[in-house]
Amino acid sequence: MALLQVEGIHTYYGNIEALKGITIRVEQGEIVTLIGSNGAGKTTTLRTIAGVLRPRQGTIRMGDVDLTKTPPNEIVRLGIAHSPEGRRIFARMSVKENLELGAYTRSDSDLTSDYERVYTLFPRIKERLKQRAGTLSGGEQQMLAIGRALMARPTLLLLDEPSMGLAPVLVELVFRTIQEINALGMTVLLVEQNAHMALSIANRGYVLQTGKIVLTDTAKALAQNEMVRKAYLGED
Amino acid sequence: MKRPTLGWWYTTTGGARSRRVWVTVGGIALALAFPIIDGFLGLGWEAKAVPIALFIILALGLNVVVGFAGLLDLGYAAFFAIGAYSMAFLTSPQSPIPWVAQGNQVNFFLAMFISAGVAAVFGVILGAPTLRLRGDYLAIVTLGFGEIVPLVIKNTPEVTKGTQGMNPIGYPQIPGVVFGASPIPWYYLIVAVLLLSVVITSRLRISRIGRAWAAMREDEVAAASMGINLVTTKLFAFSLGASFSGFAGTIWASYLQVIAPEQFRFDVSIFVLVMIILGGLGNIGGVIAGGLILGGIDRILFDWISGIVHGVGSAINNDDLRLMDVSRSRQLIFGIALVFMMLVRPEGLFPSARRKAELHAAEELGEPAAEQERAILVEVEE
Repeated sequence: MALLQVEGIHTYYGNIEALKGITIRVEQGEIVTLIGSNGAGKTTTLRTIAGVLRPRQGTIRMGDVDLTKTPPNEIVRLGIAHSPEGRRIFARMSVKENLELGAYTRSDSDLTSDYERVYTLFPRIKERLKQRAGTLSGGEQQMLAIGRALMARPTLLLLDEPSMGLAPVLVELVFRTIQEINALGMTVLLVEQNAHMALSIANRGYVLQTGKIVLTDTAKALAQNEMVRKAYLGED
Repeated sequence: MKRPTLGWWYTTTGGARSRRVWVTVGGIALALAFPIIDGFLGLGWEAKAVPIALFIILALGLNVVVGFAGLLDLGYAAFFAIGAYSMAFLTSPQSPIPWVAQGNQVNFFLAMFISAGVAAVFGVILGAPTLRLRGDYLAIVTLGFGEIVPLVIKNTPEVTKGTQGMNPIGYPQIPGVVFGASPIPWYYLIVAVLLLSVVITSRLRISRIGRAWAAMREDEVAAASMGINLVTTKLFAFSLGASFSGFAGTIWASYLQVIAPEQFRFDVSIFVLVMIILGGLGNIGGVIAGGLILGGIDRILFDWISGIVHGVGSAINNDDLRLMDVSRSRQLIFGIALVFMMLVRPEGLFPSARRKAELHAAEELGEPAAEQERAILVEVEE
């Protein structure tokens, strides 16, 4: 059985139907990516899974639990951590406090190995623990946002546009880190505008257009697909 | 990580920590020795110290709601009233509860905790439907609640004795101590509750829930992503603040021996709010300082100025000056003080580091942080 099964969800902002029946499956251990242009519904999909938005129709299942009926704080407890769009780190708190908040739902008190994992993945974070998070560079903030999500020790990591606003060198670093995280056994659902990078690390992908899934295949096949190449990879 | 048992100086180290320890120890010593010092200097401020200390308890409670959790509560006096009336219901011969009215008055200390619980329950009743509102809307609802409670008390004379007020009210019974006209036993009772309040609120600030409040204040969306349940976290702050207010209300009722709806008007809520804003939102030491300063101005300085004005009035034979009561202008004076503070030092006299950072984010962090700030606002609009 799939780790996460999203079945025909329709999500609205007021009267505007942002998602028109999205169906997604994520298997244990995969990196799955949602690509598409601005306004296609990628972020909305992720936020609906995280429980911040509620679908009017459809179900989201994780194991036997229907997430559409589960409050967002419980969803985190079930093992889904969400690194939201625009990073949204707590800018006025220290880096360490940001990490502590990531572990907010954890009832087991021994977080040493979790801190170590974050420090190994992001040595820069370790150097800046006492610094105010808002004073970090954009790349460091992104690393902190991912590290903070990891502190919840999730089984599924939802990453929303981790490459946004980063220099190309950092984009590469972030994507390499996502691969490392995946290699540690964590499943990743990745939303990206940078389709090229996303498809290069993902196992499978979904292409979204105005709230619908227009195409789904393995990442390799998508990267070869004529339509994808034209529309999202900027090739003629 | 190991945390010290008293959260007070947890966040500081080295010189700042030892300074804080000394201020704390000195403050406690001064508070305990105050009646002796007062007697020695012949100031006669004991009776004035009682309401000042009591209002500091209120300020500490409101600081949990406004300073820690960032929920603007403009009807805080309502819970003060609920605590006071619960005390009266449980201990007054005029109680509407027949069993109590027949002479079975509840023990003062037990009634104190029950009343604080009642106030907390009202906090939940008001908070549960309204805490989904944000910012200004919450302020408006609490403002309304603050108006409704005294009005209901006023208009249900069969239960609350209306404007006539309830009297007498039970008082503490400790062998060998007389809680009567002398303010000194009251003073020590209030200082004890005050110290307890300081310990509780300073522990809360560094606790898990305290961190959740700080996160929520900074960015609700991100806080929710961390798995913080926004509704229950806010509700907890709100009802905890209400229980502090209720607690203070019980002592106030017992000390005055008569309570009437006029004592719990809007200006009480504002007075407490001004205390914490002036002193420094979120910082316990600052809140106490703000309470001392405003309480001192209100209870001591105004009297003193009035005396001088009356003296001048007599000397130059001016009736307007001779009969002028400066404390009547307190609203005006505190209003001016608040506007002035907002302009020159919005974080208060003794701000918490975090508040200061919040108010000066753009200068300190540069554009990206201010940008994030705007993003938060956009999110709120949605």
